[in-house]
Amino acid sequence: MSANDGPVPHPPRGTPVPFPARADERDRAWFVDKVVQVLVFAGGISGIVCVVGIFVFVSREGFGFIAHTLDLREFFGSIAWRPTSDKRATYGILALLAGTASVTGLAMLVSVPFSIGAAIYIAEFARGKTREALKVLIELLAAIPSVVWGFIGLTMLNPLIIDVFNVPVGLCVLNAGVILGLMAAPIMTTIAEDALKAVPDGFREAAEAMGATRWQVVWRVVLPAAKQGLMAAVLLGVGRGFGETMAVLMASGHAINLPTSPFDQARALTATIAAELGEAEKGGDHYRALFTLGILLFSVTFAINLLADTFVRGRRKRGG
Amino acid sequence: MVDAPADVIVDVHGLTVRYGDRVVLRDVTLDVRTHEIFGIIGPAGSGKTSFLRALNRMDEFTPGMRVEGSVSFAGKDVRDWRNLYALRRRIGVVFPLPVGLPLSVYDNVAFAPRLAGVRARVELDEIVESSLRRAALWDEVKDRLGALGSLLSGGQQQRLTIARALSQKPDLLLLDEFSIAVDPVTTMRIEDVLKELRHEITIVLVTNLVQQARRLADRTAFFLDGACVEIAETEDLFTGATRDPRTRDYVEGRFG
Repeated sequence: MSANDGPVPHPPRGTPVPFPARADERDRAWFVDKVVQVLVFAGGISGIVCVVGIFVFVSREGFGFIAHTLDLREFFGSIAWRPTSDKRATYGILALLAGTASVTGLAMLVSVPFSIGAAIYIAEFARGKTREALKVLIELLAAIPSVVWGFIGLTMLNPLIIDVFNVPVGLCVLNAGVILGLMAAPIMTTIAEDALKAVPDGFREAAEAMGATRWQVVWRVVLPAAKQGLMAAVLLGVGRGFGETMAVLMASGHAINLPTSPFDQARALTATIAAELGEAEKGGDHYRALFTLGILLFSVTFAINLLADTFVRGRRKRGG
Repeated sequence: MVDAPADVIVDVHGLTVRYGDRVVLRDVTLDVRTHEIFGIIGPAGSGKTSFLRALNRMDEFTPGMRVEGSVSFAGKDVRDWRNLYALRRRIGVVFPLPVGLPLSVYDNVAFAPRLAGVRARVELDEIVESSLRRAALWDEVKDRLGALGSLLSGGQQQRLTIARALSQKPDLLLLDEFSIAVDPVTTMRIEDVLKELRHEITIVLVTNLVQQARRLADRTAFFLDGACVEIAETEDLFTGATRDPRTRDYVEGRFG
């Protein structure tokens, strides 16, 4: 419309514009929208309901025990986990904590370099088919059930450790750590790769145009920019290691012991629950002590995930 | 061209660029002389950016991009450089959208010198200050060199990228539509900077603003659909002394 057409004619003042009769009817789309809103809300809220429900269930059994029976100094300070002792049952989890911590720590030593390296290769160096094949393979690795990993620990790593290090038993912190590290690596790789991919290509291009080599681009630009996401990847790996049960039960030797070397046997918190809950008398002290372990595990993994989440959020906020 | 005259810094012969099956630049032959501003104008998709990318071998990192023909820089074919990174250090690039690396202003400008192995703080300070001064940014940021580069305004960020490109004392500066995300006032400031820089280095200026080429360029090439239609003294292009009618139509704004 050009300026020559003049202003658009208005209806004279005071004449109401006729209102179409059915314009304000609630139509099908309106109802569908309402129904979907309710469904989506129900779906979203169910996750929260489940988490709260689990927490309530676990704590109902555990908190009474913490309040009345449990000696907290003994709980955290003693290595004597003797819930079935005839004379006096003791509930010291120091050895279990040390077992979980040492296995998880060793697992991280194994998996962090592997997975960050793999993520860097996939995100920054691999091209085309190699990259696609690798991504599929790593996702496949993440799908291996933990009992299979435990099996590998028992039947392959065990004799290997006995042979190579000349020790009597190969089920130990080293075995469980390596198995757990290999288990955690795929998921860490995937998350770390996402973090690297989230770094804008403009950063890479700008650095390349200034004569940065591929490695300089990765080291000076991409890794610093992806720091937060990489931290989240590592933390989620830690959470995975902390909560893993079956593979650790099978590979660690499952002996109550403060490990002082990688070849010592150890026992993890999770494995203890898995192995003993079936035998503990329902409602008894032992039973409730195991639930206390559950609360502890729940809190620690919750804290780790929360921490990882704040790292991811931090990354989003900074737009890196 | 058998013997390139001594003052030719970039000599392009029969340059063809493809992405997969798509030809984006077809048989371009031109030369850029030392200490001139060489303008390249043309509508979107005419191959201007691909031309720049071929100059500093950015094709190495662009999947599917293939380059044929010869591009020689300072008398040597760019593909004969054994150290690609050394080549890129002699050619500064400014991209259309300013990319502040997630570093401080200081570290942004010191980035390239550090890559090249400069460690001494005094030397880095000197490079940072002189680069920022030459990019007409020093006075605005000298009190906050430690602030994140990405917190600067769009126009300041673009001058930061120019300072960054100058930090390695390149022989050649490539500018790719630098004013696309910059306000007119800042654009004029940057144009003044470029006029000053002409005395020191050679500039290839790709621009979507025809008048910008007229204000700055000594000679201008007109690209259309991947072909170099015409190269002439800039004033000739704008005063109607064009050989090809399409060039006149474009500079007069009949299409684009």
